[in-house]
Amino acid sequence: MSSAQGIGASIKRKEDRRFLLGKGQYTDDITLPDQSYAVLIRSPYAAALIKKIDAAAALAAPGVLAVLTGDDVAADGLGGIPCGWAVKNKDGSNMVEPPHPGLAHGKARHVGDPVAMVVASSKALAKAAAKLVDIDYDVLPGCGRLPEATAEGAPLVWDQAPGNVCFDWHIGDAALTDAAFAKAAHVVELDLVNNRVAPNAMEPRAANGHYAAANDHYTLYTTSQNPHLTRLLLAAFTLHVSEHKLRVIAPDVGGGFGSKIFHYAEELLVLWASRRVGRPVKWTADRSEAFISDAHGRDHISKAQLAMDKDGKFLGLRVHTLANMGAYLSTFAPAVPTYLYATLLSGPYDFPAIYAEVKAIFTNTVAVDAYRGAGRPEATYLLERLVEKAARETGIDRVELRRRNLIQPSQFPYQTQVALQYDIGDYQATLDLALAKIDYAGYAQRHAASAANGKLRGIGMSTYIEACGIAPSALVGALGARAGLYEAANVRIHPTGSVTVFTGTHSHGQGHETTFAQLIADRLGVSTDNVEIVHGDTDRIPFGMGTYGSRSASVGGSAIVKALDKIVDKGKKIAAHLLEASVADIEFRDGAYRVVGTDRQKAFGEVAFAAYVPHNYPIDTVEPGLEESAFYDPKNFTFPGGTHFVEVEIDPETGVVEVVDVAIADDVGVIINPMIVDGQAHGGLAQGIGQALYEEVQYDADGQLSNGSYMTYCMPRAADLPMFKVGNHVTACTHNPLGVKGVGEVGAIGVPPAVINAVLDALAPLGVKDISMPATPEKVWRAIAAAKQGKGA
Amino acid sequence: MPTITLRVNRKNHTVECANSSLLVDVLREQLRLTGTHVGCDTSQCGACTVHVDGHSVKSCTMLAVEAQDAEITTIEGLADGNTLHPMQAAFQECHGLQCGFCTSGMVMSTTELVSRNPDPSEPEIRHWLEGNLCRCTGYHNIVRAVQTCARGSRGGTP
Repeated sequence: MSSAQGIGASIKRKEDRRFLLGKGQYTDDITLPDQSYAVLIRSPYAAALIKKIDAAAALAAPGVLAVLTGDDVAADGLGGIPCGWAVKNKDGSNMVEPPHPGLAHGKARHVGDPVAMVVASSKALAKAAAKLVDIDYDVLPGCGRLPEATAEGAPLVWDQAPGNVCFDWHIGDAALTDAAFAKAAHVVELDLVNNRVAPNAMEPRAANGHYAAANDHYTLYTTSQNPHLTRLLLAAFTLHVSEHKLRVIAPDVGGGFGSKIFHYAEELLVLWASRRVGRPVKWTADRSEAFISDAHGRDHISKAQLAMDKDGKFLGLRVHTLANMGAYLSTFAPAVPTYLYATLLSGPYDFPAIYAEVKAIFTNTVAVDAYRGAGRPEATYLLERLVEKAARETGIDRVELRRRNLIQPSQFPYQTQVALQYDIGDYQATLDLALAKIDYAGYAQRHAASAANGKLRGIGMSTYIEACGIAPSALVGALGARAGLYEAANVRIHPTGSVTVFTGTHSHGQGHETTFAQLIADRLGVSTDNVEIVHGDTDRIPFGMGTYGSRSASVGGSAIVKALDKIVDKGKKIAAHLLEASVADIEFRDGAYRVVGTDRQKAFGEVAFAAYVPHNYPIDTVEPGLEESAFYDPKNFTFPGGTHFVEVEIDPETGVVEVVDVAIADDVGVIINPMIVDGQAHGGLAQGIGQALYEEVQYDADGQLSNGSYMTYCMPRAADLPMFKVGNHVTACTHNPLGVKGVGEVGAIGVPPAVINAVLDALAPLGVKDISMPATPEKVWRAIAAAKQGKGA
Repeated sequence: MPTITLRVNRKNHTVECANSSLLVDVLREQLRLTGTHVGCDTSQCGACTVHVDGHSVKSCTMLAVEAQDAEITTIEGLADGNTLHPMQAAFQECHGLQCGFCTSGMVMSTTELVSRNPDPSEPEIRHWLEGNLCRCTGYHNIVRAVQTCARGSRGGTP
């Protein structure tokens, strides 16, 4: 049944109808009987002592049920928000892991740090009462950016972190890398900033907590990418209520991009407040609140050096990176600039030596954690800017230089110098496909046409790799993860042959309700109309680790396939009995069990029915029913890769950069639904182009946020983007049963350096050598102006 | 609080609301029409777009009391029973939605575009969407959906 609905079919999405009719159910859409509403009062200061909170006037205001503070959190014994990944320093000692109470206690450490919570019978009353809470702050000096936080004598975010250093970590072989640089014919050096961005899922975060005293049971509706992880952290660390008394539901979730992975304080606070006030408590972020309370992404400052021989062969790479952690350690924050960044620094290239140092720094800003790509865009940006600079400095053509250094298909499995072992890929094939899609040969003509119109045209590229499907539990455990990263699935065949699949992954736009149904159609021959995929509810699904890092198909899909294998095997025993044949002679194909070499067969539906109505049944050896669960622990990361090309036109009078063409060729492994895969690439590209040209969270030196709304933070809009040319070349992943790799992040990873390389290509004739992201009209205009004055840039 | 009557999706609703209540809040909280979404607090994102007398309006920019006597249509009122509006059908056909959160605003906005301009060019569509943000699709398939719907409305094959 692979053709019409199975693997490889672009069937339309099953989930679309409810969204198109306005019948989706997002967290804020859910209003419970006797609902009350919470508003958080957040610190307006980057660093301040909280001297006194006077809630008397607020408590006397109409409809107010409670005003809760850090003192109440402490008095009730709530646990701090934990960090899920512990990174070691170079000397083997532990990173600095400061406390993170649900409400700031004694000191606020960033703009947006929650200081008090007002609960009232309506949102309007809660908002009005929040204005009556009188908080006496003693404002302290803060540091909002990496240069200030690492300067001599910088104010300390945490007294226990001298120099604001969270950890000082390294990977690779320093001596081997030094030796490689000693014999280099050419060394290329580059200083880079990877700009801080806000994830900006269109649905702001929300949480609705309900404590039922009758059975001492808690229910949380939350905008989460991984409800089971949230439940685990609530149970073990923050609320201290064990799992059997705690249900976490992540209903329809309006995008995540990483920002909804993490366990946030509000999830704890609404459950706790519900217990205290005896009513369900709902909190929903405003967009401006999201800017100061959602974890941000990126925010690196790096120095990179590339050693090459006389022919342009890469000999070694040396990288030093400062990574901003914010004021508190978010759930996966320490893993992002280490095991998801520095381990990717080999890119798709054959590097004999690499050494990278990463220093993670506390600042008085909201936390920085995984955002679409999480570490891999930072690695790709560094490497591809560096390779482009190498091409320019050596005069070797940009495509040729990459070709000389790409890992060859014959080299797989390829062991990098930074821990990862790539199982398979064909980087030349994706490069060739991308060259064709952009019409590289025709570029000179397009450049001339732009010039005739008074525009500066540039072309830029990147060849990239990423690591998805995180990851073997034993491996991540050895690297400091405090969780396993397997996935769970339960496949329930109903008596009439329809199927419900319970998956521990979570869909917040990715289309799992369709893609996973296609796996069932493919394996069992059941129409996708008769399959329902259930996700996002800890009471319905056995367990799960959720969706991030493009892991849903490779890890979650593999768990489903494992459960399906068990279903098929059990069905064989039932079919053998019904067909009076030996199990060894039964094969399952095209939705039917057949006796090999005969025309005798039983349809899957007949076998399912027999399992539930076991009148004629091998009851002594086979249990009735047809339902199987499986857990799948991945054997390795998967390694998508590819080539991205971008062409830009720049108006030299205004500095406006127009993206005129984007052509990409990715290898994301076996493709289940091409329509959905292309859509994932489109979205990633838009976010990557957004980072390259428009987006930047701007904190000042002291930690004040200057652009925390859509009035001032530039989101990419429809008119900013072209149609995207997307191609795929498939090499099947070697270690999971579907051969899939993952597509959720490739766009955001590959494209930012291609955009900036294109901008620099356009500006190169003027003598501009560097520009930072986002390449805004002002920056580009200034670079052009400076170049004209002969200063370079 | 004053009592007002709103005509929404061809039905009259009498609600009590403050003079300062935004139309979007009354639609969502009092009429429980939660298909209209709130994605920002500065009237930038367009997730709350509805039709007021046939024009797409961000319902966060209008007071509920201002909408009295108007014919309001939300995403819940766009389909004809079980039959999707051609724009809704085109969004599904072209994979013009992922997480679904911006979708109602996108659909409400672009239906007005196509009713005004049955043959919008790609730049016209992109310019029209200036007031609607999407974080999932990169707009590519939204543009295709609008083109597809427009082609269908002109009598071509959608």
